[in-house]
Amino acid sequence: MSEALLVQEAGAAPAAAPASGARQFWRRLRAQRAATVAAAVVLLLFLAALAAPLLAALAGQDPDTYHPGLVDSAAGGVPVGSFGGISADHWFGVEPQTGRDLFARVVYGARVSLGVAVVATVLQVTIGVTVGLAAALGSRLLDQVLSRITDINVALPLMVIALGLLAIVPSSFPRPVLIALVIGGINWAGTSKIVRAQALALKSLDFVSAARLSGRGRWSIARRELLPSLAAPVITYAALLFPVNITVEAALSFLGVGIKPPTPSWGQMLTEADTWYQSAPTYLLLPAGLLFVTVLALTVLGEGVRTALDPRAASRLRIGTGREERQERTKERAS
Amino acid sequence: MTGFLLRRLGGAVFVLLSLTVVLYAVFYVAPGDVAQIACGPRCSPAQVAQVTAQLRLDDPVYTQYLHFLQGIVAGRDFSTGTGVEHCSAPCLGVSYQSDQQVMRLILTKLPVTGSLVIGAFALWILLGVGTGVLSAWRRGRITERLLTWLTLAGTATPVFVIGLLLIIIFCSTLQWLPSPTYVPFTENPEQWAWGLLLPWVSLALIESAKYARLTRSSMLETLAEDHVRTFRAYGVSERGIIGRHALRGALAPVIALSALDFGTMFGGAVLTESLFGIPGIGRELVHAVKVVDLPVVVGMVLVTGFFVVLANAVADMLYALADRRVVLS
Repeated sequence: MSEALLVQEAGAAPAAAPASGARQFWRRLRAQRAATVAAAVVLLLFLAALAAPLLAALAGQDPDTYHPGLVDSAAGGVPVGSFGGISADHWFGVEPQTGRDLFARVVYGARVSLGVAVVATVLQVTIGVTVGLAAALGSRLLDQVLSRITDINVALPLMVIALGLLAIVPSSFPRPVLIALVIGGINWAGTSKIVRAQALALKSLDFVSAARLSGRGRWSIARRELLPSLAAPVITYAALLFPVNITVEAALSFLGVGIKPPTPSWGQMLTEADTWYQSAPTYLLLPAGLLFVTVLALTVLGEGVRTALDPRAASRLRIGTGREERQERTKERAS
Repeated sequence: MTGFLLRRLGGAVFVLLSLTVVLYAVFYVAPGDVAQIACGPRCSPAQVAQVTAQLRLDDPVYTQYLHFLQGIVAGRDFSTGTGVEHCSAPCLGVSYQSDQQVMRLILTKLPVTGSLVIGAFALWILLGVGTGVLSAWRRGRITERLLTWLTLAGTATPVFVIGLLLIIIFCSTLQWLPSPTYVPFTENPEQWAWGLLLPWVSLALIESAKYARLTRSSMLETLAEDHVRTFRAYGVSERGIIGRHALRGALAPVIALSALDFGTMFGGAVLTESLFGIPGIGRELVHAVKVVDLPVVVGMVLVTGFFVVLANAVADMLYALADRRVVLS
């Protein structure tokens, strides 16, 4: 999804979240069936990634052991058995040529794919919020300079710059960290634009003026008064950015300049599967399907988060209002 | 209007200039032996010394940069040991690994990328806007729900996944199409179109999802406005409202976004080109990254940045032209 669209969508979220934020948010998120399912899928994927060694041990496999006996070397290394060699020992089959266990590689790959995206998103949000707040609250000169830097950042085509940077960094640098840094360091302009615009709008409101008149410093105002109100648009934008980051990592690895073997990531598995699509289609469908499901679930969840944080959207969709809310209130009063 | 255009142009030039500074700083002032990296791992010390002389890497950084900039604006000469090679503006340097001027290399790749992008662009606008209009028209019905999920799936699928699936289905399972190969238009237009069919479709499927969502949401916004209610009250048919009024309201953001995407794509539809083996800018860039051909990498990033900045400026202007409500300030 393009930056412009993300900005537009996230910008639709209101700046001021209601006081009873977190609880109302959960209720509104749960009221959307698709988002609830998506959240469950995302949770499951994260758990699988965290528990990768445990899951692999449960299956009695590890991602790096070769099983030459399980591939038919006479036929060019195709896995023995149907559906890519799926068996009681190898739940997702084995890799062609090497016979490495695919289940173990997939769960370890989830660690890399999700981990890189998490770090990249955190970095994007941190840089974006800092730059946006500084531009909104600092002097006019600072605003000018930072806004120009943001413009330049927008002009950097993410994929192309990432490719360029990956070319010159020596290969001794740990690859997953490097990719997270590159994605996070390039693609923060959207966040900073949203934060700057919202902070400028909030700055003129009474509660901020009151804080300023009471003699509080700029950073104290930023932290205590502005940040809580900025949470809604920033969280919305981050939720929409996260699946984009997963795709970018997969794309870089797919091009062969991202995660290097033997470390597995879904994009990297995909590029190796590229040559096997005729003889061992399961090998290709596995990472492709996982990428699709993950990004879809995250996108749906992101949409759900946006709806839950946007009262206008919520009333449009007739959720989180009306009957359920009244029931909830009655319950609260009763207890 | 003229003032707005001039200011916008000035801003674009400023961003481009800054981009050259950033790129030069990142790629040429990096720690390590830049001459060796630029020249390639198989260069002899004599060749490395020649590269050092050509790029004036022994000079202070700002003179180096000024020579780099001079090459882009006015062209520069490179001594090749035996003679002098002139590299006319816009000169992006020389690739020491393929022994070619970077700008010439890019110019040979541009028509290829152009073939891919223009075809896909036409398809994705048709598909995206069409889907968006349809789902706004059939809002609240099963068609809309179906289209909403389809476009969501479209935005969630990486282009290389859908491309791989299309290759598997149409080339290896059904065998309706030969494996995609690029044939220049000037050589054989029919084979050119057949070879590019799958790349066009994969790129269009992914990109159109975004446009469908944008069209749908802007149309729904327009449909909720008061003047549309007035049209209804006057007895304008639903088709007339959708086609004549709601679509017009949706066009401004769609035009702006398409200008932006068109420019970005020209800088290299890296993934599509790599997957289908189309020898365009994107594939060349990936190759240059893999062999660490520094001048080519820098040149391509700069050209891509140029297209993006240009697209941004054009998008702003089109937006202002298409939507009279935008104040030009």
